[in-house]
Amino acid sequence: MLAFISRRVLATIPVMGVVAIVIFLLLRLTPGDPAAIIAGDSATEAQIMQIRARLGLDQPIYIQFFSWIWRLLQGDLGISIISNIPVSTMIAQRLEPTLALATTTIIFAVFVAVPLGVIAAWRQGTLTDRGIMIFCVMGFSVPVFVMGYLWIYGISINLRWLPVQGYRPIANGFGPFFERLILPTLTLSVIYIALIARITRASMLEILDEDYIRTARAKGLTETRVLLVHALRNAAVPIVTIIGIGVALLISGVVVTESVFNLPGLGRLTVDAVLARDYPVIQGVILIFAFLYVLVNLAIDLSYTILDPRIRY
Amino acid sequence: MTVDTQTADAAVPVSKPGNAIWRQASRNPGVIIGGSVLLLMTLIAIFAPFLGTVDPVNIDPISRLKKPLTDWFLGTDAFGRDIYSRIIYGARISLIVGAGAAVLSIGIGLFIGLISGYFRMVDAIVMRVMDGLMAIPGILLAIALVSLSGASLLTVMVAITIPEIPRVVRLVRSVVLSIREEPYVEAAISIGTPLPLILIRHVMPNTFAPLIVQGTYICASAMLTEAILSFLGAGIPPEIPTWGNIMAEGRVYFQIAPWIILFPGIFLSLTVLGVNVLGDGLRDTLDPRLAKRV
Repeated sequence: MLAFISRRVLATIPVMGVVAIVIFLLLRLTPGDPAAIIAGDSATEAQIMQIRARLGLDQPIYIQFFSWIWRLLQGDLGISIISNIPVSTMIAQRLEPTLALATTTIIFAVFVAVPLGVIAAWRQGTLTDRGIMIFCVMGFSVPVFVMGYLWIYGISINLRWLPVQGYRPIANGFGPFFERLILPTLTLSVIYIALIARITRASMLEILDEDYIRTARAKGLTETRVLLVHALRNAAVPIVTIIGIGVALLISGVVVTESVFNLPGLGRLTVDAVLARDYPVIQGVILIFAFLYVLVNLAIDLSYTILDPRIRY
Repeated sequence: MTVDTQTADAAVPVSKPGNAIWRQASRNPGVIIGGSVLLLMTLIAIFAPFLGTVDPVNIDPISRLKKPLTDWFLGTDAFGRDIYSRIIYGARISLIVGAGAAVLSIGIGLFIGLISGYFRMVDAIVMRVMDGLMAIPGILLAIALVSLSGASLLTVMVAITIPEIPRVVRLVRSVVLSIREEPYVEAAISIGTPLPLILIRHVMPNTFAPLIVQGTYICASAMLTEAILSFLGAGIPPEIPTWGNIMAEGRVYFQIAPWIILFPGIFLSLTVLGVNVLGDGLRDTLDPRLAKRV
């Protein structure tokens, strides 16, 4: 068991290594001189040289890479070209809205999607099942930002029930904080609900065919008990796996949702950095997001043994 | 056309059951409905000059922010441009980006996947690279690529394609790994068939059904990503009418002119929905193994 955990943790190192190489090469392999792109059209040759020196672009490429990695390992993500603030400080300042939105979305989506999927599988082929599946394919098809504007238009502008946009830190009181998270959560969770509900249904359908489900029903257990204790528990592994894989979808959605609802989180930081061509910040944020994704999936892999005692490493 | 199919039949003998599956696919309600929506949008895109009422880039400051169903069918934007005409022309870009990203990612992914699935040494390295690429959220990678290489139709297409490649590689590789153990591949090796011929003639045809299904999903997600990139300001240059650009320009006026976002949003959602439904229908008939899983 301990050997498995350490092996699995070690396996994340090459993945993060590749992520680092890809992010590093992104700046070096894209056509054009990055220093000139950062400096803008009206920059003089001296200014471009200055930026090149500051980014270390005048060094040989392998030296650039290893000195960047060396600083990364010490927790140094570099300094923003625009604001001159360390990237790690900027990320720390923007972490709260993003984590808050991601957490509420995952909780809400799982609590809605798993029952939907279970009901769809239980009522397979009926109108209920069809309805849930149609909702899912529609959830995949409506762009996240269009969904956001529909919520804003219906709930905030027409009904005036909730604030249109903005964010209040949790330190300023839970009420205003939560109020401003409701619509972003509803917006972001639709696609996630669609994804989880589909997998839950598929996984449940497979389990409901098993002999032990027939046995459970034959011995007179209530349908709820058969579904929740006998079927759902055994269907859990694919569901939890898709929750982890869906984190990539969630991160992309966070970037868009934060822009729609004006939340000062990591997603907005990324978009602002991209538009300003603030390369150290772009590198840092992508690295952090990829790291979070790898961590979540590591945690999920490790949770398999708890979810399904048949899995032994 | 008939000559083409005949030579194709001669090269790769298509057995009767294969044809039966295609016939079955063409009767699947998802394929029919999704296919019709896609066909309709393609026709709209092709005949845009005849369907559009005015020039989509024509600026008319007097008639700015006009409501829909007045003199302007779907209203006008902040520059007085006709939303209906802009949407009709925007269909072209969305479909080109969707189809382009699907073809590109499948072409590249098929090549890498075939090589990677067949050669163990290459496989170890390629799959680590793919794992790393998959850990980077697609939209972040795409906006970074677009902003650094300068926005154009081509860079947007390439930027959307790159994050999709790992999934195609994994799919192709998993098919190759199971097919390379088949007796007919062994037979081909034993009679001295050159390796490229084995891969192209005996292994590759097995990847077509799952790839067609995967291709429709990539097409759907590429159209969404294109709109998101434009919306975030890192997409196709704003002077070109695309659904994403129309919506991006409508952001500021959303409270007073919601139709600027609503109508392109409906068109985009309908098209993506059509492609997704088509994909689900194809998956159910062409690839029953995948259908069981998702």
